[in-house]
Parts: sequence; C-alpha cells; structure tokens
Amino acid sequence: MTTRRQIHLAAHFPGVNNTTVWSDPAAGSHIDFRSFAHLARTAERAKFDFLFLAEGLRLREQNGLIYDLDVVGRPDTFTVLAALAAVTDRLGLAGTINSTFNEPYEVARQFASLDHLSAGRAAWNVVTSWDEFTGENFRRGGFLPRDKRYLRAKEFLAATFQLFDSWRGDEVVADQGAGRFLSAPDAGRFAVRSDQFDIAGRFNVPRSPQGRPVIFQAGDSEDGREFAASTADAIFSRHGTLEAGREFYADVKGRLGRYGRAHEDLKILPAATFVLGDTDADAQEKADVIRHQQVSEQTAIKFLEQLWNRDLSDHDPNGPLPAVDPVVGENTISRGRASVRMYRDPLATAREWRELAEGKGLNSRELIIHVTGRQSFIGSAATVAASIDELVQAEASDGFILVPHITPGGLDEFADTVVPLLQERGAFRTEYEGTTLREHLGLRPAGSEARA
Amino acid sequence: MPDGTTPTVHLGVALNDTGWHPASWREPGARPGELLTAGYWAEQVREAEHGLLDLVTFEDSLGQQSDHPFRPDDRTDQVRGRLDATLIAARVAPLTSHIGLLPTVVVTHTEPFHISKAIATLDYVSAGRAGVRVKVSGRPDEAALFGRRTVERIDRSQPENAQLVELFDEAADHVEVLRRLWDSWEDDAEIRDAATGRFIDRDKLHYIDFEGSHFSVRGPSITPRPPQGQPIVSALAHRPVPFRLVGRSTDLGFVTPHDVGEARTILGRIRAEQADAGRAGETVHVFGDVLVFLDDDASAAAARKDRLDELAGAELLTDALVFTGTPAELADLVLSWRDAGLSGVRLRPAVTAHDLPGITRGLVPELQRRGAFRTGYEADTLRGLLGLPRPANRYATA
Repeated sequence: MTTRRQIHLAAHFPGVNNTTVWSDPAAGSHIDFRSFAHLARTAERAKFDFLFLAEGLRLREQNGLIYDLDVVGRPDTFTVLAALAAVTDRLGLAGTINSTFNEPYEVARQFASLDHLSAGRAAWNVVTSWDEFTGENFRRGGFLPRDKRYLRAKEFLAATFQLFDSWRGDEVVADQGAGRFLSAPDAGRFAVRSDQFDIAGRFNVPRSPQGRPVIFQAGDSEDGREFAASTADAIFSRHGTLEAGREFYADVKGRLGRYGRAHEDLKILPAATFVLGDTDADAQEKADVIRHQQVSEQTAIKFLEQLWNRDLSDHDPNGPLPAVDPVVGENTISRGRASVRMYRDPLATAREWRELAEGKGLNSRELIIHVTGRQSFIGSAATVAASIDELVQAEASDGFILVPHITPGGLDEFADTVVPLLQERGAFRTEYEGTTLREHLGLRPAGSEARA
Repeated sequence: MPDGTTPTVHLGVALNDTGWHPASWREPGARPGELLTAGYWAEQVREAEHGLLDLVTFEDSLGQQSDHPFRPDDRTDQVRGRLDATLIAARVAPLTSHIGLLPTVVVTHTEPFHISKAIATLDYVSAGRAGVRVKVSGRPDEAALFGRRTVERIDRSQPENAQLVELFDEAADHVEVLRRLWDSWEDDAEIRDAATGRFIDRDKLHYIDFEGSHFSVRGPSITPRPPQGQPIVSALAHRPVPFRLVGRSTDLGFVTPHDVGEARTILGRIRAEQADAGRAGETVHVFGDVLVFLDDDASAAAARKDRLDELAGAELLTDALVFTGTPAELADLVLSWRDAGLSGVRLRPAVTAHDLPGITRGLVPELQRRGAFRTGYEADTLRGLLGLPRPANRYATA
C-alpha cells in the first residue's frame, strides 16, 4: 500500500492562441474530428483523468480586424465531447461553457445528456463574461452589467444544481409487466426564482451517472477563489511553480472548511506546457525553437500593440521597443482576449520592459519571447517526471493540465516517456480504478457533501 | 438494382423513445431501461444503416413528454425523460459511416449561434452526414423553462393565428442565421501562410450582420464551414404556416398525407411556397410520414396494434397515417406516394425493436426487388445521398 500523493493529469486540446504552433510540419487540423480523437485516445492510453476543451464565443479582433496570426476556429464543445465519448471508454470529457450566453435549463440538459452518453465522464468549466463584443452574437446581446457577472454565474450554477437534483435517481423503474415507467409522477419538478432567473417546470433528463458533472472553475480573484472553494470540484490555476503553487494551494484549500468541505473535495490543477528532449540541454534547445515559432515577428508586433494600445504595424520587430509611450485608458486595440485586461499599469509595464530589453540586449521580438514565456516543464523525460512529482508531493498542486503545442500528436511523447516514469514512482495510476471522472479525481459522489 | 428508369425512393426513419406507440416500451425487446444509454441509440442507428436508409431523425423536446398539449401530464405509465437529440446524434456519429443524422432542435428559445456551431460540429464528427430538424415550441410550459418570454396557447382553429405566424417567422429567421453562419467562413479561409505568419485569410471570413425581430447576430461563426457546406435543414409540417417554412427555408419537409390525393395537394402547396420565396429552381425534398406496424402477416400487424392500444388504454391518435400490414403492402404505398411526387417517406416505427427491423429487413429488400431502392450506399455525405450538390458559399466572390 502506498501513501504517495497521486498525481492527476489532463490534456488540454491546443487552443486558439500563440501557445499552439500551427506552422510546424507536424501540425495537423484543428477542426477535423480525427485530431480530437487522436488526442483523446493518447490521453486515455496514458490513463489521464480527462481531456479539456476551451471555448470562446466570438473570434478575437485586433485593430478592428479578425485576428489572423493564431489558430482560428473550433468546434461546438458539447457536440465534440459527445462524439469523443464514442471513441474513448474511461477518459473524462471536460468543456468550458459560458454562464452568460446560455440558459441554465438548456445547459443542464446538455451536461446531463453528455453524462449519460459517456456513462459518467462529463465535466463543466464554468466561465462568465459580460462583454458586449461577444454579446453581439446572441439573443441576449450585451445585456449583463459588468458587476453582475459573478452573481449570474453563481445563480446559474445554483439553478443547474437544482435541475440536476430534481431527479433523485430511482424514478425510472420501467416495469413492463406492471406498466409503470416512473415511480414518481412529478419527477423533475423544479422552480428557481432569483435575481437573474425565474424558471419553473419539469426537467426532462433523469439523474445522470455522476449526478452532476464535475465542476471546474478558473477564477484567480478573491471572488473566484471563494466561488471555487464553495462550489467547484476542481480549480484551474495559473500558479504552476513551487512557491506560487504552494501559496495558492494552501489559500484555496484553507477556504474549504468554511463550506463544510474536506481537503480532497477540491482539486487544484494548474495548466502547464512541456518540452521534452533526449537530454535537458536538447530540450532547452527545442524550447528555444518553439518559442520562436510561437512568437513570429508579426506576433511580436501584435503583443506590443496590446500593451501599447496603439497601431504599431510599422514598428521593426527586430529593433528596440517603441520609443513612444502606451496609450493609457480603455484598451481599444484588442477585443475578445482576456490577457489584455492584465496590463493594469501600461506605462509601468512598458518601463519594466524597456529596462529589461536594455539590460539583456533584447530586440522587440526577443523581449516578447522573454516576457510572455510560459513553458513550464523543459527537460528529459526523467527531469520532467521528477519535476511534476515533486510539485505534487510538495502540495503545490494536485496535478496538471498539460497543454501540448502541436495538434494532434503533441502529447504522444509525453504519454510514451513521462507517464511510465510517473507510474514507476508510484505517483500515477497504471489502470483506471473507476469508470467515472469523479472516481478518477477521487471526489465524493455529487450531493454527498454538505453545501453552504 | 435501380436501373435508372425507375425513380428510386428515399427512406428515413424517425427514432422516438422506444417507438411511436405510447405502449411500445412494454413490448418484448423494447429495452425501456436502456433509453438513457449510448448503446441503445447506437444499435438503432446501426440497424437503420444496415438497411441503407438515407437518414434517421431523433425526436426531442425541451420539456417533459406529455399527452397534454400545453403542460406536463403526471402520467407514470409512459416513457418520460429523454436525452438531448443533438448529443445523441454526435455520440453515434463515429460509430456509423454513411447514414444521415438529423437531430430535432427547438428553435424558439435557443440561440442560433449555438445551434449553428453544434450542427456544423455534428457535420465534422460525422464527416458530412449532419442535418437538423427545426421545431417550433408553442407551449407555455416550455417557455417557462427559459423564463425569458411567455407563449400563449395557440388557438388551433385559426390557420393563420398571429402567434403561430410569429413563431414560424422566427424559425425562418433562425434558419437564415444558421445558414449564414455556416457560410461565414469560406472553404479556403485557412491558409497557414508562413511568410506572412497568417493562419487564416480574414478576407474570407464574413460578418453575417443578421437583424431580425427576435435576435440579431453579428458573426462570423467560431466554427469553420462544415464538410457539406450547408448541412440539411428539415421541418415537419401539417398546415399552411409550416408549409411556408418548408418552402422558404428547408431542404427537406416531412408531411403527413393520409392518401395519394392529400400527398399531391400538400406537395402543391409546398411548391407554391417555394416559388413565392424565389426558390422554384432549388430542390426541396418532401417525405411523407407513416407510422408503421409491420409484420409478414397483415392480420398480425393489426392485432399487434389492437393489443398495444389496449395496453395504452386508448386508440393511437397521431398526425401521420397509421399503417398496419406487410412489407409488400407498405412498398405499394410508398411507391404510390412516390408516383404522386414525393421524394420518399419517413417511417415512424410503432415499436422500434420490432418495426425498425421490419423496415430494414422487410421493406428495404422488397423495394430493392422492385428496383426502387439503393443496394449499396452511393455517397458518403447526406447531401450526396439526397442527390444535392455541395452548395457554393453565398459570401464567396468567385
């Protein structure tokens, strides 16, 4: 018997951002179902907990034009996850679904259906937005005041929980001889009255294998952390390093008690990239090549524009940073991109970048490669396996969501070389022990926790 | 073998719970306890594909199945509860290879942007076999599930009831948005041009800028143009207002004549609506719906219906013609409707476990013997099976 903390691993389908390298000869289709099936099968072969799909409901724009330098285009989350359930048996199937541009009844129906059709493998990353930009694609339009987005998300989630729980799970008896299909005439009855919702009726999907999908949350703010601690089964964090990871881990896990929840009831899973090589030096070289693929000259200009908040199309990416200062105020250059909001003080950031560029002798593109570097694990398989295991044993995380940079084969080498080493360490499963995602994640059945 | 001189027919099957008779779930082999599993649906669709059928449709509704037209009943003696039809279709898509998959989608309360990318994605995961059957919801109880607006009970005695017209106009708007979004990416928009660093040629992506009375949608879709370009849009229609939707917006209408004369009349109305919408030159297939009890002995089929009616406690009441008889008799009916101008039929098995094999292993061989049905799949997309070309993109400047 082992007491070693068990690692949880997930595969992130490469996203519509510059982490994904489409220019590599090995890069395949981002929309063909075979790409999704390939990644899912690799993840299942490696005994991963789940596959994750992100979503964005409007194509990003910069300078008033559709952004064309990154991968663009992706499928409908529910539909592709349902299809993936046909080509996998155990792998969890997780997707982002927005709580602003959807309705609880419909989303509950879709997740309950996906959970049935996958025999208990559905998971929902609940995200919220308020922007009118995305709203232009929807009936609701840009209706939601910014300060109500968390309220709506909370009420949305609470409404879906009420819908999921409107069937206990024993109502369908289907007794052919007695002619009794349901044991309860009012199965599925619900009513929700809140600030954002006034809905009532009968939910028409009987209770699914997991009861509710596994709930993921990605917020890093105070509100986001509290929301996750009260309600989520897993949190996607940005804190993948030892110190930042331990601090975040302790903070969020420390909030669970308030809601009558145990340490194991919430898993903390930072997103992580990786570059593998025969040796650590070899991996480092590859990582440098990949960083240059990820930040082309054109991409470097676009990143500069996002901070400078002005058109820099004439700027030389191989020269020094722009001499002018950023335009302060509302960011008008880029829309539909979450990272833009992170530059809280553009003048100060520009000053830091200039100092950095001068100190290290970096041109504009090199500077962007430096400051936007997000590679987490670089090294031989042995080095990467040791790093991942150490971070989990040190309670910097419960595992990682791995983001390959190549579609669809970017996880193959990890599955073949790193996973066996983690298994040898006794830190990762060699076979699935359960059939549902809740079981893979070591979560209690839905509804068995005391919830505030 | 179809010899090229005998017009062949198209065959679809409508899958609904354990079948279309409310007591179907009590029949041997019905497996009512497995309705919420993927295996149940995969088996039915594979059986339909074994019979070389053009397509299957999947019934759906936002609310609980009900015998009452405007609210849930509290019946416990019939199947209640179902899964989302689009997700069932997606779940079976990778397990099949030729048959068309048309989930029912309610367009009254849902977002056209979401539906468009869902059906486009169904087309990707099925490699070109997706369609959709759009359905209007005029039920106050379903409106309450969304809480966004109220829907009054439709007075069915008025053929041009104002609310009915409005719901179907909204459905037409919804379909217009689906179609524009499917075309919002040109086929060659993805260029992966290393020299300029561009993944797409953004001049080949298009804002659709739809503005209607119920919604406006900017676009483009987040999903590239699906394999068929335009997946098949279908609707069920019984009356003038829905006939208009079929004529102006769809590729395929399902109608419910009870005899050859009605088939001709309905077809005439749809063709007139098509012409009014400026679509006289386009192919709009019309399939007749028939609810079937099939047995090798006609009296056995009739006896089976009587027995099920007795179990249900009432005679089967439905919109479509109810047929009891042998595969040969059904083949006669199908060919008489074909001769009246219909493209084919959509069969509603009374008991899926019994009547779906009756179709695939009884009717199909009978039609094949008469040279009126395919003996192998001649195409691998739904448009191909329906003889429809892959359409040009409305936004492409050729």
